[in-house]
Amino acid sequence: MEGRSGTEKGMSLLHILLSSNTQWVLFSTLLLGTASGMMGCLAYWKRQSLMSDALSHAALPGIVITFMLIGHKHLLLLILGAAVSALLGALLIQWVTLASRIKEDAAMGIVLSVFFGLGIMLLTIVNRTVSGNQGGLDSFIFGQAATMVRHDVQMMLLLTLVVIAIVVTLFKEWKLFLFDPDFARGIGMPLVPMNILYTFALVLTIVMGIQAVGVILMSALLIIPAVSARYWTRSFGRMIILSSVFGGLSGAVGTIISALGKGWPTGPFIVIVAAGLFVISILFGTQKGWLIQRLELRENRKLAKGSIASHQSRPVLREEEG
Amino acid sequence: MEVLSVRDLSAAYRKQIVLERVSFQVHEGTLTGIVGPNGAGKSTLIKTLLELHPKVTGEVRFFGSTLKEMKHRIGYVPQRGTVDWDFPTNALDVVMMGLYGQIGWFKLPGASHKKKAMDALERMGMAEYASRQISQLSGGQQQRVFLARALVQDADLYFMDEPLAGVDAATERAIMATLQELKSRGKTVLVVHHDLQTVDQYFDHVLLLNRTVVHHGLTEDVFTYDNIIRTYGGAIRYRKGDEPVAHPAI
Amino acid sequence: MSYTAWILLTAVLVGISCGLIGVFLILRKLAMMADAISHTVLLGIVIAYLATRSLSGFPMLLGAIAAGLATAVFVQWLNSRGVQQDASIGVVFTTLFAIGVVLISTSAGNVHLDVQHALMGEIAFIPWKTVQVPVLGTVPEATLLLGIVLIIVLLAIGLFYKEWKITTFDPALAASLGIPVALLHHLFMCLVSVTTVASFDAVGAIMVVAMLITPAAAAYLWTDRLLIMLVLSAAFGTASALAGYGIAALLDTSISASMAFASGIFFMFSFLLSPVHGLLGKKLRPKKRAA
Repeated sequence: MEGRSGTEKGMSLLHILLSSNTQWVLFSTLLLGTASGMMGCLAYWKRQSLMSDALSHAALPGIVITFMLIGHKHLLLLILGAAVSALLGALLIQWVTLASRIKEDAAMGIVLSVFFGLGIMLLTIVNRTVSGNQGGLDSFIFGQAATMVRHDVQMMLLLTLVVIAIVVTLFKEWKLFLFDPDFARGIGMPLVPMNILYTFALVLTIVMGIQAVGVILMSALLIIPAVSARYWTRSFGRMIILSSVFGGLSGAVGTIISALGKGWPTGPFIVIVAAGLFVISILFGTQKGWLIQRLELRENRKLAKGSIASHQSRPVLREEEG
Repeated sequence: MEVLSVRDLSAAYRKQIVLERVSFQVHEGTLTGIVGPNGAGKSTLIKTLLELHPKVTGEVRFFGSTLKEMKHRIGYVPQRGTVDWDFPTNALDVVMMGLYGQIGWFKLPGASHKKKAMDALERMGMAEYASRQISQLSGGQQQRVFLARALVQDADLYFMDEPLAGVDAATERAIMATLQELKSRGKTVLVVHHDLQTVDQYFDHVLLLNRTVVHHGLTEDVFTYDNIIRTYGGAIRYRKGDEPVAHPAI
Repeated sequence: MSYTAWILLTAVLVGISCGLIGVFLILRKLAMMADAISHTVLLGIVIAYLATRSLSGFPMLLGAIAAGLATAVFVQWLNSRGVQQDASIGVVFTTLFAIGVVLISTSAGNVHLDVQHALMGEIAFIPWKTVQVPVLGTVPEATLLLGIVLIIVLLAIGLFYKEWKITTFDPALAASLGIPVALLHHLFMCLVSVTTVASFDAVGAIMVVAMLITPAAAAYLWTDRLLIMLVLSAAFGTASALAGYGIAALLDTSISASMAFASGIFFMFSFLLSPVHGLLGKKLRPKKRAA
């Protein structure tokens, strides 16, 4: 990398962008980021941001077992295996939380690490017995979008569209379901099917995203763009859109950057781009950004001292939030 | 000397002013009820006084001195909702926790502390539940344990945050009897109370709070229909004896 | 001592240290924070390595403590600015971890191997790197570190036992009694970081989480007394370490991963069959509420 002249570097970037294989990969990470951004918003308001971390780790044994059964890297089946494993993890977390005094955070930690441990146990065995083919499995840990081929991308396109469709067509229902489930139940919304649909879409997003970002960092793509969007808007709809944009941007730009180096994993770079967007949002965001808040706080202090200095204040006439 | 002297106290919560120019003084041996609508700042008042919540302005004096100096003379019963009831501990243990401030660093509770704790449980009628896991206690019993924990501190000034919320009638009677006993021994108690109907029965003084002090003083003087309306903005129904009913403001 | 014996001893030390710390992690609801710290210590270690160009224990330990504290501080800061607790943890640890991985990828030598090692650990290599200790002779470095950490953990828990108890159970009251709640919280985060990094060499990042949380969770289902919970947790940790080794030997696979899996088995067993707080217990006695 060092010692290249400016034009040479520019050429290689251009070369990257023009390569059709990279274009497919770029397209797929763009889609992935978009879908993750969307689902991330739902997860955030459901207060289950870290669940995605637990589920993505839980997907590993499913991937390895599927590989052990079929003997080669068949993307659709591996994704299926990942999904089954993740869903099992989700069920286990629910069960443990509901049926014992173990709280949700501990249950997540247990499923996350034990399932992942099982996955590594099996992966180690696979790596010892199979040669060559299994190289693709390691990429699930950190993501290696570059190993994806056109066929894979087309399938991901389909799955991403499914996720987007689920979020968009049921927009009003999601809004209600997330903010006021009791009221939703009261007006007859079937909460259990909604929960199932949500979990299904989440797991789908996770198992797809694992290829680009890997098991460990998948939760980043679900959490960071959504949190960033909060600093720019208070509207749920706009948050979803913004989060998708941030996610997609992170996916694309991160992939481009990682392509600049040989064998660099895509995952960490995508996450860093997302984090960069987050830092910008937290500093300059119009809704609760640091800059805006400093100005508001100064105003508030003046107000407080002002009304205290002035004549007697009047008590509140309406109930406020405690 | 005032047991508690508050001057111009203000506090904010999430960019909103919730306490504004609160000033009042509390005399020794009084039992004061703090009442006001939701969001009036009652809990925040106690937390701010005890420096568990930052204050924006104001001055607070305990027994003429600072909180730091007088901490050992103050007891606090927080709201029951903030505790983890699945924690592996029993009633006696919880009461002994009240003594941790006195025991100090690096030392373990001894036999004398255990006895003090048992006595406190006895006073609250909970001696037989000493080794019961706290999650197995009813709401009323939990509250009694909390009160025992405060009693064991043998303080001169007590702050209690909604001690009667969600407890059964027998527990309520027991708690109020304890507070009366504290008063008769010259202790001072301030209680955030949620039930207007029982204020004149339970408290000799009352502090009407709605972001600021609407009124404070002897219950018989201050707890009037007019003052209540001013505190609650008319948004309540209140009936006492032959007095007219307040209509809810829309 | 034999090769195997060192490995077993190291594993048991991990089991005990993590088991003890884990009790408070669970009770303070910091399980996911432990997950976060176990990832961010990687960054701490990498920075320490880049700064000192040495792989010796001490600077890495410092780097890890710094990383652990930084994690806690950042999470709290984000939380105070209105980001949910879960999301705050998620943002901080993934970002710091990603930076760590990028640093390794772009500057150090063999990428995959180093990162894999940090994540998965390989306890089998422990006996090779040794130091000379007076009285004890030749001791593997990792084992020595773990031994020291265990002593630190025991001291910390023992000396501040009642303070841990009260700040975990009722921080509001603790604060009102003058106990420095925030200070203890940060001290605890340091302990978690130190234990995590000491266990790194042996079991790697992600499996540390298993050893920190799972044995303690299993113990939680057997008792209502804090002291017993601590003892049981250490016992389950030890059992997981030994059983894990056995499984790994049987299947010829990663020892650390097997330890993690073994801890899960013990947990499942407790969850289903504990007559105190497991499913069996719930079946055996009806819900009783004192009158």
